[in-house]
Formats: sequence, structure tokens, C-alpha cells
Amino acid sequence: MIPGRFDYYRPSSAQEAVALLAKLGDEARPLAGGHSLIPVMKTRLAAPEHLIDLGGIADLRGIKVEGDTVVIGAMTTQHDLLTSKLIAEHLPIIPETSALIADPQIRYLGTLGGNVANGDPGNDMPALMMCLDATFTVLGAGGERTIKAREFYLGTYYTALETGEIVTSIRIKAMSKATGYAYEKLKRKVGDYATAAAAVVLTVSGGTCTSASIGLTNVAETPLLAEDAAAALIGSSLDKAAIDKAVAAAEAITNPAHDARGTPQYRTKMAGVMLRRAIARAMTRAHG
Amino acid sequence: MAKTHVTMTINGQEVEALVEPRTLLIHFLREQMLLTGPHIGCETSHCGACTVDMNDMSVKSCTVFAVQANGANITTIEGMAAADGTLSALQEGFRMMHGLQCGYCTPGMITRAHRLLIENPDPTEDEIRMGIAGNICRCTGYQNIVKAIQYAAATINGVPFHEAAE
Repeated sequence: MIPGRFDYYRPSSAQEAVALLAKLGDEARPLAGGHSLIPVMKTRLAAPEHLIDLGGIADLRGIKVEGDTVVIGAMTTQHDLLTSKLIAEHLPIIPETSALIADPQIRYLGTLGGNVANGDPGNDMPALMMCLDATFTVLGAGGERTIKAREFYLGTYYTALETGEIVTSIRIKAMSKATGYAYEKLKRKVGDYATAAAAVVLTVSGGTCTSASIGLTNVAETPLLAEDAAAALIGSSLDKAAIDKAVAAAEAITNPAHDARGTPQYRTKMAGVMLRRAIARAMTRAHG
Repeated sequence: MAKTHVTMTINGQEVEALVEPRTLLIHFLREQMLLTGPHIGCETSHCGACTVDMNDMSVKSCTVFAVQANGANITTIEGMAAADGTLSALQEGFRMMHGLQCGYCTPGMITRAHRLLIENPDPTEDEIRMGIAGNICRCTGYQNIVKAIQYAAATINGVPFHEAAE
């Protein structure tokens, strides 16, 4: 399997990359870790004439803390996220999720920015970014802007990114030590996309759930923010009735495809099971 | 579409070549560098037979363009044994523990396990299994591959290898 011909560019700054994308137009594509784009180039489902490799842009890779916000460069790899002390301390749900993405080889190259920008509902990071209310900084030839993860996903492979724009960084508020969290993913084998997956972040005070946020992966055309499900938990003691209500609310908003991972009915139920498990594990981690 | 000039260090030797941008690293290694140790199994980044070490990472060379490896330090299975032919601890482990049957996945398995043991010199069985989860073997059922890596870890750590009871 050999991709179609293309010209290759390796800019050393994000400004240079977006200038190239603007100049070369629709037939140019940015290349991050390459593990979504290169496979579709091999099957010729994608045949860009120009490939702009972002791998040479040092400024796009790295993790830093600014006040109460963690800023992650778009070219930071899943392996970086798995081994970062800053991420382990401030956003431990991220490595829990990264560990369930693809396999070790792919995690060395696969990036957070590529995962969130691709618009594939099978990717795990988008639902997590919605759950964590992340903000994406994007750069185009016309300048920089920010887009909330919760407003980014418009359809399958269809996002709020304009042609010629790239995601440069992801900003996420650090989780407090008292926050409970879990990412639960059902997959057929290592490397598979989710049959269904759920991200849960919640806080508890005096036995009452004071905040909750829930994201769902690969059970609709886009990642889902399950707002009604989260609302069912807030103010409750996280008792069975409240969790049953949350699971029902989450199942109600799913619309999974019928594919080799199962029927829509099965995948909807599995979204509920993943959510139930994630809530249970988040509860064991929440303090307060 | 012009060819691109690339330089790399492969198994300790500096090489330079002209490549088409669309040339995958696995094709470059096998067809231009004549290093046929890394295998093409699925060519879809699932099986891991094409795994090579690139800049201290295990990568599937079927899903990297050779131009992306410009300037990289690459080790393939051909670079694992010592110059005098002495096998590495992992190669010895695969030999002693019968860690292969047909052998097709072995270059990828050993190259991946090489990086795994550098990052985690004393892995648990579970860590080994998750560490090689990107490499598929269709013969062994993995039992002896895991033992081979345990054998290598024991050798590297200078402790006796005890085979776990089954």
C-alpha cells in the first residue's frame, strides 16, 4: 500500500505552517502523528498534494502550568501525557485515557492535537476534552482564536476548524485533589476504537455530589457531553436512583452506528454500563 | 515531485539517500537499505512486525514516512546483536524460551521489547503483556514470548531466571 504522490514540507514554526496551508489551499493537509492520516493515504481515501509536517515545530510540543490552567501543546504525544509528572498531578484522568488509546508504538507518535482535531467520533480525547471543558487555541493565516471543546465537534470529521487552521494548544483547568474521575472504555481488543466509553469527573461535599461532568465516546456522530446525565447526579448522594437516572439520560442521547462493534441498541447499553462503572470508580476517588 | 535528501543513523551507521516523500520508512529500510529484518505484516499499523526503534521510541515503520525520519537514529533487528555476533539478552531469551515458531513477528517483538526493557528494566508479567500489545503473534499464544522477555530482563538485571509455574 503506497500513498499517492505529494510534496513534503517541514516548517519550523506554527506561523510558517499556517502560511503554507493558506498558500497551498485545499490540497494541503497538516501531518501530526500521522496514525489517522497515513493509513487513509495508503488506501487513497485521502490524497493530499501537499503534506505539512508539524513534527519539526518545537513550540507545539510540551506541557506547562499557567495559574490554575494546564496548557498542552498540540504536538504533545500520548506517550508524553502518560509519562508527564505535571499531567499526573493536575489532570490524572488524561493518562488514564491515553493508556487506552491504540498501542504502545502508536502512543509514541500519536498526538493530543491530532486526536482532538481529526473529528473522528472514535477518538477518545474529544469526549474527555468536552467533559473537562477544555479550550482549543487555533491558528490560521488570519490569526489566533480559541474554541471551546464543547462547541468544536459539528459532525463526523467535521469540526469548527476552518480550512487552513491548526490546533496549537489545549488549555484545561487543573483538577483539584478532591475531584473524583474515571475513564471507562469497552473495546474488543487493544488498539480498537471504543464500542462505547465514558468520561466522568465529579466532586462530593458532605456526601452530596456538588458538581459532575460526563463525556461519551463513539456512540454518536460526534463526542457527546451528557449534560442531563450530569444534572441527575448533582445534588444527589450518588445513590442508586440518581445513578439509574443519569444512565438513562446518557443512553437517551446516544445514536451509535451499527458496525462490527455491535448493534446500536447494544452500544447504547454499553455506554450506560461504561458510565455506571466510571461513576462508581470516580466516587471511590472523590474526597470531601 | 522532487525526491528529498535524507540522512539517518541506522544501526550505528550514517546513511544518506534520496527518497520520494511518499516512501514509507519500512519500504525505505527494506528496499533501499536492504534491511529486510523489519517485516511487512499487515501494513496497516496493527501487527507490529515492522517495528523499529526511532529516536528512542518503538514505531511502526509502515506508518511513518522516510522523510519524517530525516536525521533520526534508527535501530532495527539487524542492530541488536553485538558486532562479533553475540546475541543480545532478548535474542538469547527468545532462543532459550522458544519465543517463536514461524518467526515472522520476532524482529518486531524483539525490537519492541528492547525499548520496553530500557524504559522498565524489571517489568511485571502484566506490564510485559501490555508493553507488547501492539505486536501480534499468530503462533505462540504469547506464553513463551513473555517468558523470553522475562528471561532477558533477568539476564540484564544479573539475577537468575525462574520460570513461573503454570
